[in-house]
Amino acid sequence: MDPRAEWEAAAAAAPQRATAFTTMSGIPVDGVYGDAPYPGQYPYTRGIHASMYRSRLWTMRQFAGFGTATDTNLRFKELLRSGGTGLSTAFDMPTLMGRDSDDEWALGEVGKAGVAVDTLADMEDLFAGIDVGGITTSMTINGPAAILMAMYVANAEKQGIERARLGGTLQNDILKEYQAQKEYIFPPRPSMRLVTDLVRYTTAEMPRWNPVSVSGYHIREAGSTAAQELAFTLANGFAYVEAAVASGLDVDAFAGRLSFFFNSHIDFFEEIGKFRAARRIWARWLRERYGATSEKSWALRFHTQTAGVSLTAQQPEINIARVALQSLAAVLGGTQSLHTDSYDEALALPTEKAARIALRTQQIVAHETGAAAVADPLGGSAYVEWMTDELERRAEEVFAHLLERGDGSILEGVYAEIESGWFMGEIADAAYRFEREVNAGDRIVVGVNAFTEGDEGQPPLLYIGPETEALQLERLARIKQDRDDAAVHAALARIAADAADPTVNLMPPILDAVHAYCTEGEIVGALAGVFGTYTERVVV
Amino acid sequence: MSAPADAPVRVVLAKLGLDGHDRGIKVVARMLRDAGCEVVYLGLRQTADSIVAAAEQEDADVIGLSMHNGGHLALARKMLDAMRAADLDLPLVIGGIVPDVDMPALTELGVTAVLGPGASADDVVATVRRAAGR
Repeated sequence: MDPRAEWEAAAAAAPQRATAFTTMSGIPVDGVYGDAPYPGQYPYTRGIHASMYRSRLWTMRQFAGFGTATDTNLRFKELLRSGGTGLSTAFDMPTLMGRDSDDEWALGEVGKAGVAVDTLADMEDLFAGIDVGGITTSMTINGPAAILMAMYVANAEKQGIERARLGGTLQNDILKEYQAQKEYIFPPRPSMRLVTDLVRYTTAEMPRWNPVSVSGYHIREAGSTAAQELAFTLANGFAYVEAAVASGLDVDAFAGRLSFFFNSHIDFFEEIGKFRAARRIWARWLRERYGATSEKSWALRFHTQTAGVSLTAQQPEINIARVALQSLAAVLGGTQSLHTDSYDEALALPTEKAARIALRTQQIVAHETGAAAVADPLGGSAYVEWMTDELERRAEEVFAHLLERGDGSILEGVYAEIESGWFMGEIADAAYRFEREVNAGDRIVVGVNAFTEGDEGQPPLLYIGPETEALQLERLARIKQDRDDAAVHAALARIAADAADPTVNLMPPILDAVHAYCTEGEIVGALAGVFGTYTERVVV
Repeated sequence: MSAPADAPVRVVLAKLGLDGHDRGIKVVARMLRDAGCEVVYLGLRQTADSIVAAAEQEDADVIGLSMHNGGHLALARKMLDAMRAADLDLPLVIGGIVPDVDMPALTELGVTAVLGPGASADDVVATVRRAAGR
């Protein structure tokens, strides 16, 4: 069948949100314009579905978490009431680093930049009154991902919901932690075993779950360019594919469940080119290099968040305009889900009002702008097509470098350049280059180095007081007192024993341990006893 | 202090606690180096005691910490307590995300200066020099 007929058949078979799509003036518009390959066709440069947002809008998934689990539970319910269609959990720093709220390193950070979760009891509070079988949840957690995932599953099971019914995404992207976000616990190789154990576990037991969200977001926030974000993220994706295949999985058994997470920064057309290039590169590499035969494996699905680092503390209200442009770029780039940042995030965690404006911003893009009526509306633009090609070319240069460093393996190349500090150095160089351009006035940031009049000072901010820490410590002490100590010790001993045997999947023993109300820190401690911990080389 | 006015300012920079946001502090390290300061960046997950030890060993004029996770009040107190216990009388500059409402409390604790988001290279260098008394 010729590509146009094939596209028409696919679009006709897809559900439609409306019977007709017209402009504001009443002009009817088609679902696609321009040339083949069309949206939904390999290599998916133009989108992964034939009719894209005509069938279903992207998921509006706002990242939230602060204070105690009960505080965040209220925010979750407010987001769902306001029309949010998925949840996304931000954990506090101690939780992200695998430490309990009563750990001496947790001082001052409990509940500050996310929600504190120490035991299954906190996970139960976090999702109290929310039907986890009826929503999808994303959890941003990496080093201790297996433990938080186990808590999520255990909570659902206690509610009588089978794990196979659960839908959602675990970030579980450890490689970018060493490169950019720095929330690692164990050294790279045992960490990759945990990632692969999770991929194997969800592949076998949780068909609706995305076990890894390969994330460029943090690489970009740490200072990389768009081309580096694209290249490093896809390289990490290839590394997870190679690791899972090496563990004995067939590529088509899991590749369709790997998802991606990109930044949408302020250089509008560069961002759109980046999203389009990402799809094309992934499709080609999965098909040609890794031998995937399923279309699901070829099609790159991604979440987008607007660029937190682009928000300014000066004249914070103007960030609303930045976020609007960035969210439009994500939609024109074909994202599957979107988080829009709140205007006050250069100052603090968002207030409820700021978070609502952020959600409203993407609702305007969805329902007022007409951007959702046509798939890949910029496809065929000479500039956008050139930008797509150019970013792909730059990414391929990085892949060639990593293949050389890894003797033909991207996975080994990534390990080698984490070890050498290369990724960190590349990112730090780009961050400093940008900063110098701003300082020299070669790059204008409105409100910061130009147009600075009219700053009225800080708007009302969300303030997390010290009482959160006190409440959480009290709660943790109570749980520790009420649980069965013998069961706790037995569960932790089993984790240590299983960690020492690389052929055993660690998910089942971790699930048993969270059911016994072992704390996150205790489970991390049992694993660290076998795996050791990681300290990075300092690169400025 | 008796360092000559034209001697390079020696700065020890560190991330205290769990916070891993290190873009800002690395940029600041390079800004200060480009301005002629001698910079020692200790890296992530330092303790107050490890920072005190490094500042003593490096004969620092200023200690600079970067904080992005809202833990600045507790962490600044911890740092200043450790400095006092070690009899280390140095200016402490904090950079990062600090809401205005916390500024008086930080000053009262003994923090010398705070650099917020959007501070320019000139702001950074001038603040550190002023803290060092140059």
